[in-house]
Amino acid sequence: MNIKILGSGCANCVNLERAAREAAAELGLDAEFEKVTDYGDIAAYGVMRTPGLVVDEQVVLSGRVPTAAQVKELLAPLAG
Amino acid sequence: MSVTERVAAHPGLRRWSWVVGAAVVWVAAYWANPYLWDWLLFDVLALDPDSRLGSGVHFFFYDTVKIGLLLTGIIFAVTVLRSFMSVERTRTILGGKREGVGNVVAAGLGVVTPFCSCSAVPAFIGFVAAGVPIGVTMSFLIASPMVNEVAIALLLGLFGLGPTLLYIGAGLTVAIVGGMVLGRLHAERWVEPFVFETRLRGKVIDPAIGLTWDDRLQMGREEVVTILRKIWPYLLVGIGLGAVIHGWAPEDLFARYAGAGNPLAVPVAVLIGVPLYSNAAGVLPLVEALHDKGLPMGTLLAFMMAVVALSLPEMILLRRVLKPRLIATFIGVVAAGILAVGYLFNAVLA
Repeated sequence: MNIKILGSGCANCVNLERAAREAAAELGLDAEFEKVTDYGDIAAYGVMRTPGLVVDEQVVLSGRVPTAAQVKELLAPLAG
Repeated sequence: MSVTERVAAHPGLRRWSWVVGAAVVWVAAYWANPYLWDWLLFDVLALDPDSRLGSGVHFFFYDTVKIGLLLTGIIFAVTVLRSFMSVERTRTILGGKREGVGNVVAAGLGVVTPFCSCSAVPAFIGFVAAGVPIGVTMSFLIASPMVNEVAIALLLGLFGLGPTLLYIGAGLTVAIVGGMVLGRLHAERWVEPFVFETRLRGKVIDPAIGLTWDDRLQMGREEVVTILRKIWPYLLVGIGLGAVIHGWAPEDLFARYAGAGNPLAVPVAVLIGVPLYSNAAGVLPLVEALHDKGLPMGTLLAFMMAVVALSLPEMILLRRVLKPRLIATFIGVVAAGILAVGYLFNAVLA
C-alpha cells in the first residue's frame, strides 16, 4: 500500500503523517509513506485544503487532521 | 429512569445538553465579567477607577476575558456552520460563473467557506484548473481573510453591530471591485504557466459530506483550541498596549496627529498595518483604545483591513503561482480599495 501525505510541510501535515503511521502500524499494514510537497502536484490530486491523505493514488481525506482511529477506519477497507 | 440515566442513554440528548450547557455558562460568564472586575479591582483591591492605574488594569483584565469569550463562542459557532461548506463546493458553484456575477458570488463564498490562507496556493491552482476566471478567484482570495470570523467576533464585541456590518460591507466591496479590476487587466498574463497545465485527476472528495453532528462539534472545539493557542500572545500584547493607551495616553494625542483633519492618516495606517500579519486579535484591542482616544473609524477600519487582507507571508506563498507583476498589481488594487474605504468612512461618519 502506498500512502501519500499532501502538504507543504506545515504542522498539520506532520500531525497527519503521525496519525497515518500509527493507524497503519495498528492495522499491521505494509505501507510505504511518501510526502508530496509540490503545490502543482498537490493541486493535481484535486486537494485544495492541506493536508491531504492519498492511498494508492486515491484521495481519501483533505482539509483536516484526523485522529489515528479515524485513519484506521479509512484504511481498513482499502487494505484488502 | 432518572434524568441523568436518560440523558446518558441517548447520545443525541447528551450531545445537545452539552451544547446548551456550554451556551448557558458562556452567557453567564459574559454577563458577569464587568461586575467581577469592578468588584475585585475596585472593591477588594481598592484601586481607584478614575486613576490611570485603575482604569488601565481594569481595561486589561476585563478585555482579556471578554475577548477570550467572544473568540471562543464565535469561532466555535462559525466553524460548525462552515463545516457544511467546503472549498470543493465553492469551486463547483463558481465554475459556471462569468465575471461580474461571479465576483459577487465569490466574495460572498469567501466569507462562508472554511479556508486558511496557508491553502491559498493549492486553492488558486484548483480554481483556475477548474475554469474559474482569475478575477473571480481573486475576489474569493481577497474576501476570505478580510471578512474572517476573528475580526467579526472582535468588531461585534468591541464596537457593536453597526461598525461590524460596515466592515463586512466594505470588505466585500473591496473584494468584488478588486477582483473585477484584476479580471479587466487580464491578470491571467501574469500567472505562472504551470497553473494552466495542471490537470485534475481522480475523483474530488467533498470534505463537507458525511460528517456527523459529533464530527462538526468536535471540529468546532478543535478550531477554538487551535486558533486561541496561535493568537493568545498577540492578543495579550494587543490588550496590554491598549490598556497603556487607555490609561496613560493623553486624551488628544492621537486625535491631534492622526485625526480626520490629517489626510495622510489613512495611508500611514495602511502602511503600518501591512507587516502586522494576521493579528486581527492583537490589533483590535489597540483599535478599540485608539477609537476611545478619538481616532476616526475610517482610519481604523483601513488599518484593520490592511492587517488582515495584505499579509506578507501570503504574498510570498502566492509568488509560487503568480508573477511579481501580478502580486504588485494585487497589492496595489487591494490597497487602493482599502484607502478608498478609509477616506469614505472618515468623510461619511465624521
